[in-house]
Amino acid sequence: MALFDAVLELADDHLVLGHRVSEWCGHAPMLEEDLALPNMALDLIGTARTLYDYAATLEGLGQTEDDMAYLRNEREYRNLLLCERPNEDFAHTILRQLYFAAFMEPYWTQALDSEDDVIRGVAGKAVKEMAYHIRHAGEWVIRLGDGTEESARRIKDAVEALHIYTDELFEESAADGVSGLPSRAAIRPAWEATIDQIFAAALLSRPVVQYPQSGGRAGRHGESLGHLLAEMQSVYRAHPGATW
Amino acid sequence: MSGEVPLWEVFIRPRNGLAHKHVGSLHAADEVMAVQAARDVYTRRGEGNSIWVVPSVAITASDPDQAGENFEPGEKIYRHPTFYEIPDEVGHM
Repeated sequence: MALFDAVLELADDHLVLGHRVSEWCGHAPMLEEDLALPNMALDLIGTARTLYDYAATLEGLGQTEDDMAYLRNEREYRNLLLCERPNEDFAHTILRQLYFAAFMEPYWTQALDSEDDVIRGVAGKAVKEMAYHIRHAGEWVIRLGDGTEESARRIKDAVEALHIYTDELFEESAADGVSGLPSRAAIRPAWEATIDQIFAAALLSRPVVQYPQSGGRAGRHGESLGHLLAEMQSVYRAHPGATW
Repeated sequence: MSGEVPLWEVFIRPRNGLAHKHVGSLHAADEVMAVQAARDVYTRRGEGNSIWVVPSVAITASDPDQAGENFEPGEKIYRHPTFYEIPDEVGHM
């Protein structure tokens, strides 16, 4: 079941972050971002759907992707804490996107050589999407950091708030040692290089984290995930078996 | 926010051999962000892959009041290139 666990972890990361980003729909600071953010959310949710479908197949208990997404409670969710962090302001949202995409792009690039057909298929599509997420979020981080006094303060606050969740990206997990999936720890140099390059242009520095936060893989989440799931799952739980 | 951000005109080319066509405008802080925004706003339905953006202030427009001086081809139908056949090999002209 190691592969099942690993696929479920990845699926949860993508669905939870995708739902978070989708919360901006209709609320973004400008029309252009009001389209860009849901576009990115749909990329993430699309990846999550394929992965849930694959997880359900691996599990072999006849569950559907909807059952996986809508009928598990927060202790059963294994997403990274980074993915569930609230949107706060635009700076928080865009930095969270950069942190995640800067990890997933090299991850999927390695997965292009996977011997697992489904993983290879997901990687082929996701690697291009993540490259764009890095570019979009990265350009914004640079302009916020090197922009006005207020934008610089907001992106600095976001780094302060979110960097403590980044170590969890590289933690050993169910995914490690599973043939067909890249090692998460090995992604760190590529991630740091991307972040350092963007931070240098954004006049930001990568903080030293004394107390990294983790626990998401074991189902130990912050309060905010419960609120997210309550909203996301409400329709399916009120109307079991509903389709759309 | 949009009030402080420059306006850009967006041109998309559907595929090689065709011309870039004006598709609309958007707000962006600079040319890099304008190209990204154009991707997100105007290419979601596969409209094309080549994107141009031009600062709206760089465009010089004709005066609508002088539209009367423009050509009125009327019966000069020979100005429409419809009296000869274009070989298939030529493709789009």
